[in-house]
Amino acid sequence: MSTPVPFLLGLADDALVTAQRLGWWISRAPELEEDVALANIGLDQLGQARGLYAVVAELEGAGRTEDDLAYLRGPAEFRNVLLVERPQEDFAVCVVRMLLLAAWQVEVYAALAAREGPARGVAAKAVKEVAYHLDHAAQWVLRLGDGTPLSHERTRAALEAEWPHLPELLEPDATAPVDPATLREAVLGRVLPVLEQATLTVPPLPAAPPTGGRAGHHTEHLTDLLAQMQQVARAHPGATW
Amino acid sequence: MDRSTTVEPRDPMPEGYRRTLVRQIAQHAHSEIIGMQPEGEWISRAPSLRRKAILMAKVQDEAGHGLYLYAAAETLGTPRADLLEALHAGRQKYSSIFNYPTLTWADVGAIGWLVDGAAIVNQVPLCRCSYGPYARAMVRICKEESFHQRQGFEILHTLARGTAEQRAMAQDAVDRFWWPSLMMFGPPDADSPNTEQSMAWGIKRFTNDELRQRFVDIAVPQAEALGLTLPDPELRWDEDRGHWHFGTPDFAELAEVVAGRGPCNADRLAHRVRAHEDGAWVREAAAAHAAKRAAREPAA
Repeated sequence: MSTPVPFLLGLADDALVTAQRLGWWISRAPELEEDVALANIGLDQLGQARGLYAVVAELEGAGRTEDDLAYLRGPAEFRNVLLVERPQEDFAVCVVRMLLLAAWQVEVYAALAAREGPARGVAAKAVKEVAYHLDHAAQWVLRLGDGTPLSHERTRAALEAEWPHLPELLEPDATAPVDPATLREAVLGRVLPVLEQATLTVPPLPAAPPTGGRAGHHTEHLTDLLAQMQQVARAHPGATW
Repeated sequence: MDRSTTVEPRDPMPEGYRRTLVRQIAQHAHSEIIGMQPEGEWISRAPSLRRKAILMAKVQDEAGHGLYLYAAAETLGTPRADLLEALHAGRQKYSSIFNYPTLTWADVGAIGWLVDGAAIVNQVPLCRCSYGPYARAMVRICKEESFHQRQGFEILHTLARGTAEQRAMAQDAVDRFWWPSLMMFGPPDADSPNTEQSMAWGIKRFTNDELRQRFVDIAVPQAEALGLTLPDPELRWDEDRGHWHFGTPDFAELAEVVAGRGPCNADRLAHRVRAHEDGAWVREAAAAHAAKRAAREPAA
């Protein structure tokens, strides 16, 4: 019988890495209201990661805690998609990425919430949160895509950079409680109308889109991200915080 | 001034009263948003997921406080954009405390315990300030600040009972933040030009020195509970006065920091200005999009 652990760990790592990237924006957002909103979304993602780590730890039964999973694994043990680990210090990248990720998370969490399973409770709460993230991202993509010529150009460039990372989210995984490949139409059904309304053109996909995150093959950006995130915890082995 | 009712936005008020309020509320709002930086830098490095979530929520609260306070200032006819411009140009100040660096995780604890603790002592009387919108904003802010203060105390409490290194980290943070926290109450009363008028107007209820003493009286037993030392050799209980006697903060240092020559003034302001400038294209896009939508709406 297959175990949902690798799949849930991937979902949790997506959320933690996203929270870590969003944390950067707090004090750097274009408006104070957006500092609040991005912090809120980051907190939701962090909460989802924690909930899923608790489920994973329980299923593993090896006595690992959420902090062991977050702080004591190296980059090769992380299972997040490449989409979320890359830097996002451009607001257009931030919202385009959020649109793609949230469109996927909404479908995954809805599917998990609809069936019996260890992550049902976490997913039922998360699906409401990511519906808000999706709406927030869609509103911004619309404003930026259909705003000024400059904002349109920056959003077009952001979409070109993020779009090739969508296929990794939709790769088939027959062992997962929800096979991501089955979500393809639903995810595109959420994203494409937003892009169209934002006057953005869907870029062509490369012949071989980037992949590997779910197998632990990451970019150097994840190494940097984890070095910073784990720095204090690792400098004091066994300490309580 | 009649102390039984509050002054509301449409009420007539002396020009000096309005000016003083705008100056004070703006400085307070600026302190909230600049204050996001020293702690915000530790969100990425918080040593547990629980601490990360608490810190993220705390810094988010500070952004929220900034929003309420800018809104309170707007009721006096001063738009947020003008106040931000004054901050960015260095014409308006923010609390001197945020010009000190946060060097270790324990600093997050020290800021919560001492800096937010001092802020509460300063701000609780403002909940009864004569200007209604400011007083009401302060009621909400003080509730959240008290949660912030407790989380800071709890961080230090955990560190003080942790490994030798954690304990040393906690003591070092308290050593560095104690005196700057006392300076948060401003110059001594004898050198505080605005105090008398602000008290007459009911904007301020207690003098700088009264509030500083109140803070020391609260903090000393808390330091004992933590098992940490406060870096003041003069600290002793004064039986006659019924207060803790403490040494004199280095007010020359405070004057330097207020004048823009503290350890982090340039970095803090540059960070804020960069965020504002980097976000200009986003704000312009939002305005352009809103205008397009309005133009597309059928005429009423």
